Amino acid sequence: MKKKFKLPILATGPVHPLQEEMEFFQLYVDGETVVDIDVRLSYNHRGIEKISESLQFDQVPFLVSRICGICSASHPLAYVQAVEEIAGIIPPERALYVRTIINELERIHSHILWVGLAGHFIGYETVFMWAWKYREPVLDMLEKITGNRNNYGNVKIGGCREDLPEGIEEEIYPILDQIEKKMDMLTKAVLDDPILHARLKGVGVLKKEDAVNYAVTGPTARASGIPIDVRRDDPYAAYDLVDWNVCVQEEGDVFAKVVVRLLEVFEAIKIIRQALAKLPKGPITTEVKEIPPGEAIGRAEAPRGETFHYVRSEGGNTPARHKARAPSYVNVPSFKASCIGEKISDVLITLAAVDPCYSCTERLGVVAPRSGKVIYDFDMLLQLSREKTTRIRKGL
Amino acid sequence: MNPQELVEKLNILKPRLTGFEQPLENRIYLHCESENCFEINKFLFQDIGSRFVIATAIDCEQYFEILYHYSYDQTGCVINLKCFIRDHERPQVESITPLVPGAEWIEREMHDLEGIDFKNHPCLERLILADDWPEGEYPMRKDWNNEKEI
Repeated sequence: MKKKFKLPILATGPVHPLQEEMEFFQLYVDGETVVDIDVRLSYNHRGIEKISESLQFDQVPFLVSRICGICSASHPLAYVQAVEEIAGIIPPERALYVRTIINELERIHSHILWVGLAGHFIGYETVFMWAWKYREPVLDMLEKITGNRNNYGNVKIGGCREDLPEGIEEEIYPILDQIEKKMDMLTKAVLDDPILHARLKGVGVLKKEDAVNYAVTGPTARASGIPIDVRRDDPYAAYDLVDWNVCVQEEGDVFAKVVVRLLEVFEAIKIIRQALAKLPKGPITTEVKEIPPGEAIGRAEAPRGETFHYVRSEGGNTPARHKARAPSYVNVPSFKASCIGEKISDVLITLAAVDPCYSCTERLGVVAPRSGKVIYDFDMLLQLSREKTTRIRKGL
Repeated sequence: MNPQELVEKLNILKPRLTGFEQPLENRIYLHCESENCFEINKFLFQDIGSRFVIATAIDCEQYFEILYHYSYDQTGCVINLKCFIRDHERPQVESITPLVPGAEWIEREMHDLEGIDFKNHPCLERLILADDWPEGEYPMRKDWNNEKEI
């Protein structure tokens, strides 16, 4: 914590062990305006990079899928692609399509989850209930394909561990139709709602130059007018074999981030439909003998942004060095640019807009600059955020 | 810039580089010594306009390596700047945080876990390790034993 404020460190509760990415935000306020923000993380550091150095190459995908429960398809995929690059392995085409389908199902459920939580934070409980209801069939589908709702463990060096179950196409198509219909309704309801426009437009703006300087990725960058997407820029799996669009908005505010995520759900549905239609027959894995010395990077577009893995092999059974970077690691520091100058009632949704794990926002407290007294805790901030929505609703 | 133009532009750096590898068309590895590291980072970030992704510090027992990973998104090329720090006793390199604010956390992390000192870093405080972690214990170094009691 910065010493210049000479404040005691005040936490709003014990560290929550159920969710990853524990973070502690300290906001310095002048009246209702935020003047500075300090972020402290690593309450739940698990030393995954160190553990990875003691595991064999084929065991690491199971470890890295535990980095994040929601992004548990993207992390192993990025790692596996790095190892495949070192060894010069080309997975069979069917495996590339299966990887694409699982990753896009993951994106759909993650984005719907976020829309629901964003609704919850600003007092739109209906959005929360609807969104989470629509998300459920996606998780059921992932369970049918991989055996798990999260932590799929389906990707391995050289291909996939499990093929799609026989006849699954007949089950996926109706679910995609159903989600598309429901999300279309939800998207129109959100985009046409004057209260949401008033509540979210111009709030928590991350300017394009700040987005470049903080090196943000994923929907956070795309909502600030930076058209980057690893799936298109550096294609992997079967993304260059299907037709889809990168969703970009220029405004950089919370509303733009909502729009980007909602539109991406439709693109993901489009990708899955094409991948299922084009799914070639054949094996899903290729033989892997040994991993030669070398180094390589692998990256994948997770729902929150680019997941980046660097692997170095010295010819042994285990990686000599393995670096993993999750997208929130670069997205979260951008709060320094997007929260300062905001009102306290807008901070909660601004922090939530980059889609960090939600334990982060539960660790948020507001401290008076001179006395060091806690003015607001998480529940009070939630109350403030919802009251503002109610005021706007009454005013319109 | 297309991939060839990018490589031609990177050729400007050649006098300050000790190695240049391109194992695949969109994977470039540049080698340099720690004295030239800041200037090359500046060139990659400001002149080329590539996006800073992350940095990886590696303890090679006799020396340290820091890999600064940049992504040139127009062509999907990943440029890895491999910076060698020869002094294993007191590893030190110029901080790039004044240039790239997004590098603040990773430099603090490398300082915590590998014990590398970043000159001119605005806030080189602990990020990963607990406040009561003893000084001089760097868990990501090769000689650090997992069984050690702290």
